Amino acid sequence: MSCCGKSDKSSCCSGEKPSAFGEPSPLDTARRWFLKSAAAFTTVALAPGVTLMAFAGAAPASASPGRGPVTAKERWGLLIDVAKCADDCSACVSACSKEHGWKETGHPLTDPQWIRKVTVSGKGATASLPVMCQHCASPPCVDVCPTGASFKRADGIVLVDKHLCIGCRYCVMACPYKARSFVHEPLEDQLAHAPRGKGTVESCTLCVHRVDEGRKPACVEACAATGHGAMVFGDLNDPESAISKRIAQFPTHQLRADLGCDPGVRYGTGS
Amino acid sequence: MSVRSTILAFLVLAIGGLLTTSALRAGDGTTVVETVPPAVSGSTPVPVPAKGKGDQCVAPTDWMRRNHMTMLKHQRNTTVHDGDRTGRFSIKACVECHAVKGVDGKAVTVADPRHFCRTCHDYAAVSIDCFECHASRPLEPGKAARLQGKSEDMAALTRYLEGLGK
Repeated sequence: MSCCGKSDKSSCCSGEKPSAFGEPSPLDTARRWFLKSAAAFTTVALAPGVTLMAFAGAAPASASPGRGPVTAKERWGLLIDVAKCADDCSACVSACSKEHGWKETGHPLTDPQWIRKVTVSGKGATASLPVMCQHCASPPCVDVCPTGASFKRADGIVLVDKHLCIGCRYCVMACPYKARSFVHEPLEDQLAHAPRGKGTVESCTLCVHRVDEGRKPACVEACAATGHGAMVFGDLNDPESAISKRIAQFPTHQLRADLGCDPGVRYGTGS
Repeated sequence: MSVRSTILAFLVLAIGGLLTTSALRAGDGTTVVETVPPAVSGSTPVPVPAKGKGDQCVAPTDWMRRNHMTMLKHQRNTTVHDGDRTGRFSIKACVECHAVKGVDGKAVTVADPRHFCRTCHDYAAVSIDCFECHASRPLEPGKAARLQGKSEDMAALTRYLEGLGK
């Protein structure tokens, strides 16, 4: 139908092809008329949806509680102000642990890796910053997943569907940010909003359960509570959102931007 | 010949009589059994799952009994992939409403045979994988629906524990 919708200039649609005998036969004409009408009808039928989207654009950036399926209108992202992130502070990490119920198992090599503080140094300067799932627009973890368990929601949040995850850990290998980890031990008394289980891969969910309620991720709240205010959460698609304004105003970077994954988590200094 | 016929006739009558008697007994038995709870009905015990909070479930009980697994599976996809949290067939809601309290006053986990899912699933020999990831009991206090176990049990347990201390 989409091909017929643009059929005035293209000849991809059989309705526009001349008949085998040169001039269009009455039957061809009738069919062309029908197809043109059908295309027009489709446009009309689509119009309410378009209007709806236009109106929806004026709504507040935060999601309202109990709403239906998420759309690509939003793209949720994080901005981390490295200058404000304190070396000795790990409030975001503890908040994440508390929010999702993960804790260190005593085996550092296989511990959960939802979010961690990293110290980077170079050119005579050091900086401390949190690294978590970067919620890429083109996530390698999704590309490699053999079962479709690793997926990107319409609003840009990259998740693991643990119902489908077979624990192959291909995504753990593929992620350039080492953002994913594997649950090795059986768990019990998980939190109702954060199901986790042995044999599946897990990572930062951008607190999807909070975002769907119109709240901010736990790390962002904790960072603000410490007074550092180094993390900003918001809609990257909305030019009026706080995060978009900051990104427009100050230079920001994506980690390993050269890989072309287009992360939704941005790092910057100054504000 | 006549002796054989007599013996045969006697046997037939005797067996017939026996059958009739057992049929009557069975009939009597049935009327008696009807007066006891369905949990021990006849020779086949049936599961009696704990009732949830409130008057009714999100759908009629008979319908839920047959379709809860399909609805959970359907809603898990819409919730996880589409982010649609408006559905009413949520495993979280099942656990919050149907949770069974043990004698210690806390809701029991799926490791306990009294767990509301296990009551039927053990009976039907159908394993459930949900609780390998999902919480099998509400962690918030006061969320469990029914106290399973009697207060006498609790009192006996307290007496026993006090006895240990002496």
